[in-house]
Amino acid sequence: MILDGKCPTGPIEKTWDKHRFDLKLVNPANKRKYKVIMVGTGLAGGAAAASLGELGYNVEAFCYQDSPRRAHSIAAQGGINAAKAYPNDGDSIYRLFYDTIKGGDFRAREADVWRLAQVSNNIIDQCVAQGVPFARDYAGYLDNRSFGGAQVSRTFFARGQTGQQLLLGAYSALSRQIKAGTVKMYNRTEMLDLIVIDGVAKGITVRDMVTGEIRAHMGDAVCLATGGYVNVFYLSTNAMGCSVTANWKAHKKGAYFANPCYTQIHPTCIPQTGDHQSKLTLMSESLRNDGRCWVPKKKEDCGKHPNEVAEEDRDYYLERKYPSFGNLAPRDIASRAAKEQCDDGRGVGPGGRGVYLDFSASIKRLGEHTIKERYGNLFEMYEKITDENGYKRPMRMYPAPHYAMGGLWVDYNLMSNVPGLFVLGEANFSVHGANRLGASALMQGLADGYFVIPYTIGGYLAGIKPGDYSLDHAEVKKSIEDVKATNNKMFALKGKKTVSEIYRALGKVMWENVGMARSDASLKEALKEIPKLREEFWTNVNISGEGGELNQQLENAGRVADFLEFAELLSKDALTREESCGGHFRVEHQMPDGEAKRNDADFCHVAAWEFKGVGKEPELHKEPLKFDNVHLAVRSYK
Amino acid sequence: MSDHNSNTMNLTLHVWRQKGPNSPGKLETYEAKHISPDMSFLEMVDEVNETLIKKGVDPIAFDHDCREGICGMCSQVVNGVPHGGQDRTTVCQLHMRSFKNGDNIFIEPWRATAFPVIKDLVVDRSALDTIIQSGGYVSCHTGGVADGNALLIPKPEADYAMDAAECIGCGACVAGCPNGSAMLFTSAKVAQLAVLPQGKAEAAVRVNAMTEALKDCGFGNCTNHYECQASCPKGINVKFIAKLNREYLKAITN
Repeated sequence: MILDGKCPTGPIEKTWDKHRFDLKLVNPANKRKYKVIMVGTGLAGGAAAASLGELGYNVEAFCYQDSPRRAHSIAAQGGINAAKAYPNDGDSIYRLFYDTIKGGDFRAREADVWRLAQVSNNIIDQCVAQGVPFARDYAGYLDNRSFGGAQVSRTFFARGQTGQQLLLGAYSALSRQIKAGTVKMYNRTEMLDLIVIDGVAKGITVRDMVTGEIRAHMGDAVCLATGGYVNVFYLSTNAMGCSVTANWKAHKKGAYFANPCYTQIHPTCIPQTGDHQSKLTLMSESLRNDGRCWVPKKKEDCGKHPNEVAEEDRDYYLERKYPSFGNLAPRDIASRAAKEQCDDGRGVGPGGRGVYLDFSASIKRLGEHTIKERYGNLFEMYEKITDENGYKRPMRMYPAPHYAMGGLWVDYNLMSNVPGLFVLGEANFSVHGANRLGASALMQGLADGYFVIPYTIGGYLAGIKPGDYSLDHAEVKKSIEDVKATNNKMFALKGKKTVSEIYRALGKVMWENVGMARSDASLKEALKEIPKLREEFWTNVNISGEGGELNQQLENAGRVADFLEFAELLSKDALTREESCGGHFRVEHQMPDGEAKRNDADFCHVAAWEFKGVGKEPELHKEPLKFDNVHLAVRSYK
Repeated sequence: MSDHNSNTMNLTLHVWRQKGPNSPGKLETYEAKHISPDMSFLEMVDEVNETLIKKGVDPIAFDHDCREGICGMCSQVVNGVPHGGQDRTTVCQLHMRSFKNGDNIFIEPWRATAFPVIKDLVVDRSALDTIIQSGGYVSCHTGGVADGNALLIPKPEADYAMDAAECIGCGACVAGCPNGSAMLFTSAKVAQLAVLPQGKAEAAVRVNAMTEALKDCGFGNCTNHYECQASCPKGINVKFIAKLNREYLKAITN
């Protein structure tokens, strides 16, 4: 089937304005009659729940954490982009649009990206109004910096904690609506199924993580703002609780999964120290503004103290390979370049898996004080984890899975192919194409939540009768029974392996075969190994305790069970996409100089997969991508 | 992969175990063996949990999520000190290199009237949400706000607001306070919004509502012990409590 994103046509500059006008409106007095279910309360979900509550809709919001203030959006460090052009350096909405399309390696929809760039400015204003303490200069104006992949300074920031401050802004708006009674908040509650009645999304089945109660919540529309899935690699920069579960349950109920193979490996993370490692810590790529990446030219220098490697024996490989972007090359390019150096035997630190990020030149030029003011908290964090002082010796960095560009397929209104199911933020696939640029995730989450869904969901709700659902429906009872049965099945296994052991094994298979560089052989190997691990999980896992209480093993087991199914789809998508683009690098498809080689003739489309059963061949649907404004070109950062 | 640092250590843990909110709890003793100094404290607990699961013992329940010191979910009192007492460090960022072979380590939940225990080391901190809901925001609607540069904010004030806004809402200040007070938490939000022009309009209403909520939630009063600042993993300064008191005085005398 050929999918239609229902994007507005005509001059790109007018698309969003025209579409907003064309959308039907819900009468203000009728809004409270509609109930919206919001799953996830990070930047996208928190902003959406607050904004819909302000409009007068009746919202029920859910998060697995003990408070909506803790969603993983909070960990974003570097900043948020906007086309304000305050520094007078040639930025514009069009340039932000252009950079995002190009940065995504021409695998995103033009209309969606245009809208993102257009509303980016509203986001900054909104956050300032909420009291988000963005960095300011001495005259009191908002400060900007440049950020990975951009040649203009369009990134707004709040020290190294921009995600935290933006999330706390959304959380404050959400808190205000909770107080006002328009939003009912359910903390420590995890969605475990989507309820679809006569083909339309009408509710969710959840588990209360404190009492273990399994129950359904019904509404006129369901929004998933449930984040990304790179914890499929086990070790990633995501929080421990991040999972594909909500998205995967929706996928199993009919929602198409788009481009699951587009995963972002972030170039600057603190390297792993041992097998005990539970997660990887990202260091903002803003560090690359003042830090220089290098490895020793000679393998025998790798064991030396970095300060003892002579200047002429250092290979500043990003500056060498990409003279115009240098250390600011986009994430996918910087990550692959780091891996190449390490694969060449010139990596540093434990296992040779690391490159240096060196601040000595900047410290000499600007003084330690300035570097401290810019990145103090990052240097502190680095020292806590590694016991090394980044001011005195170069930091060690290695790439780590960080972000999922793929996600559930949505149309221009952010609605999936299942009517009534909307998907926001990282959980959808819409704007980043095959690679996300730095400081764009926060922008997308807040754009979807504050400025897109409040309009587009109205267009859907205006066309349906409010309250057209019932907890007594057979589908609701079946969904609750299915969730209970799955949990009981897991408890009954009483096997020999812990959930973590199988999860680690899955992560290893995924990182080695489906990680930064993928080949036909490695992907086939993954597709052979994943079903074996799934089989082992469902015969040999051991979960103690009971379902009717707080049980973290059960929570984790459910998430790992879903990753064990999803991993296969991700690998399948990577195998099917016979090209290299953005974060998806197939070793068979590269230029003579090792750069990614796209195949626009055959793969300039969104790959949206339909679920056909566990272990069964999924069905591929394509949405062709058209580029009317940005000329399809080879992405070059040289 | 071999461990970065091969000098592993053996430790004895004394961990608070409590089946549910209404069950009695007690300290149980477990051995933590072959612990690498490069492990984080929570990774050490993960390892102990793996051995407990293998032995058929219910693993230790504890809150955690980002494991990089920003989400505020982790909450353990280690050797009597919230987050373990390392300067500006959450327990998820505390590393085992700060312990030595043979150490006894006591691990307990946040203890405060306003934070009932749910299970083991997991407590209910929803009272902190209630405080924010009472007024910890600027009452602006989405859309229709002024340009971000319309109101200039001098750098010192922006920096002051940011210093306060760094609070991660973990509740260590409450756990560290002999009175179980959430004054540092509340004052950080009051101060952040009171200093910014966007938040000034509601400053009086806000400080009244938030201090009222503080009482209603069962938190104790502040008697200037400053244990909160010492416990805070983000180094939130007690000067914000002085700011809250000043704002409160302004509010009730106007």
